[in-house]
Amino acid sequence: MANEVVDQGRRRFLTVTTAVVGGVGVVTAAVPFIKSWEPSARAKAAGAPVTQSLKKIESGQQLIVAWRSLPIFIVNRTSAQLAALPKQDPRLVDPTSTGTSAGQQPKYAQNETRSIKPEWLVMIGICTHLGCVPNYVGQMKPEPFDPNWQGGYYCPCHHSRYDMAGRVYKGVPAPKNMQIPPYHFVDETTVQIGVDPKGAA
Amino acid sequence: MANAFIRWFDERVPGLAPVYRKHMTEYYAPKNFNLWYYFGSLALLVLVNQILTGIFLTMNYDPSATGAFDSVQYIMRDVEWGWLIRYMHTTGASLFFVVVFLHMFRGLLYGSYKKPRELVWVLGMLIFLALMAEAFMGYVLPWGNMSFWGAKVITSLFGTVPVIGKGLEQWIVGDYLPADATLNRFFALHVIALPLVLLLLVVLHLAALHEVGSNNPDGVDVKHGPKGNRWDPLKPADAIPFHPYYTVKDLVGVGVFLIVAAFIIFFAPTFGGWFLEHDNSIRANNLVTPAQIKPVWYFTAFYAIVRMVPSFAGTAVWGVIAMFGSIALLFALPWIDVGKVKSIRYRGTGYKVALTVFVISFFSLMLIGMDLTDTLFPKIFGSDIDITTWDNVFGRIMTVAYFGFFVFLWLYTHLGWEKTKPVPERVTTHD
Repeated sequence: MANEVVDQGRRRFLTVTTAVVGGVGVVTAAVPFIKSWEPSARAKAAGAPVTQSLKKIESGQQLIVAWRSLPIFIVNRTSAQLAALPKQDPRLVDPTSTGTSAGQQPKYAQNETRSIKPEWLVMIGICTHLGCVPNYVGQMKPEPFDPNWQGGYYCPCHHSRYDMAGRVYKGVPAPKNMQIPPYHFVDETTVQIGVDPKGAA
Repeated sequence: MANAFIRWFDERVPGLAPVYRKHMTEYYAPKNFNLWYYFGSLALLVLVNQILTGIFLTMNYDPSATGAFDSVQYIMRDVEWGWLIRYMHTTGASLFFVVVFLHMFRGLLYGSYKKPRELVWVLGMLIFLALMAEAFMGYVLPWGNMSFWGAKVITSLFGTVPVIGKGLEQWIVGDYLPADATLNRFFALHVIALPLVLLLLVVLHLAALHEVGSNNPDGVDVKHGPKGNRWDPLKPADAIPFHPYYTVKDLVGVGVFLIVAAFIIFFAPTFGGWFLEHDNSIRANNLVTPAQIKPVWYFTAFYAIVRMVPSFAGTAVWGVIAMFGSIALLFALPWIDVGKVKSIRYRGTGYKVALTVFVISFFSLMLIGMDLTDTLFPKIFGSDIDITTWDNVFGRIMTVAYFGFFVFLWLYTHLGWEKTKPVPERVTTHD
């Protein structure tokens, strides 16, 4: 039997509550679809921190490991290479990494050697000009591109040059010092790339 | 026999014949359409071409980071006629933007976006937006080095948004760099999601148009003119049935267009590196960036705006806002320009000058986006000039001119500065 009088308030209440419940359902159902676009477990695993033992890297040697598909340079710098670093300052674009390169390293690597421990350089090996991978030219001897070479990186693409701390020289196309990834020492001879040291921002 | 079949059909689907009449034989369009009115039907033709050739390309394409590049080479070299199908698709993409830009410019010339056609314009702008997304994702699919870095640069635009940017970029890419996941989802969006959206929008665009009727080069409303033509005593005197009159006219346009398209497909499919970029014949390489990163020609004007707006308050998001703003303003055009007179034939000098400046600014921004000013300026001003500074000064003036068009138009029509000519009662070519 049809009601003689329609309760409009009741009808509006039912319409609104039905719409709200339906809306919540739609939003909830959308979550899995939206979340499916996040980096997958496989992509995350490939982007996970990389742990590398330093035991076999001799003084003056460079090892390249991949982290998030990026080449990571790990260099055991010699004391001669380290001693040459301060002498390069006048020839560099941003020797203290506080100007244009302020964002190129974590705070704990914003120093003269751009590292946590002076001898160990851990750096993303991508030229800041157009993304080429620079060559490691560690020996301190005259080079065709610089008669006064004190060791460092030379980019084959557009001839950008960097010193042994990845700091860019003046007069080359690259604008900034090479990037230092977040990393920390798990113990004396093991480094983990992708994770900041405890307590560091 | 044929009549009996039609009758049989009509009894079961009585709604079909009226739909055909409403949109074809009894859709009365103003009889003074000129050259500018070819580009709507041509856009539809290119859309059909893109869907047809696209379907056949998917039959041999492999949407994976390891297989995509090789499968495109396979289509080009080993698949029978694969090269033709792909060149039809790539040439079609560029020509799509040619005809759509001209179609939109027609709207600016004759005020086709104005009341009562605001919805037609807004739906058209949505088509343009979907088309840009479609073109960008299609560009990524061959997974050449320009595809890869194009994807990197465009998704990085979203990374400039403060706070949520990096997460948003990672969500779009599905990895830390464009990768397999990116290619897979772009393929899905390119071949099914966006084409569905595009088709729906095209149907709505045409439905909205046929509801209010077509504008014309005189900008007069033929529905308000005298009634009675050769076919119907109640329909506008200055209008003719879309079919067969405009279908036949459009067929001529189709013929000319296909000659031009065939010439490009057979003799200049890369169009000197503008339709298909040379750097994209190199496999995607996440360790080596191409020497010159620039988008395909149809995005260059908008991309130039991103480059011309400097970083401010520690974020580069302003350029991105300006770029999206340059498109958003086009959406709002029907409410920015409230001048009553539609056609440029009867509008004030201010509008003519402003539109000219707008066109110049658009082409100038294209030149900058294409990096052509880098070679052009030294030729004009001597080789010892600082190209970056000149580029920035020129580009910023043109960016201001682009946005200035909308500001001027708002002031010009809202404050009643416009001095228009009298608009005729009927289309000027009536007999």
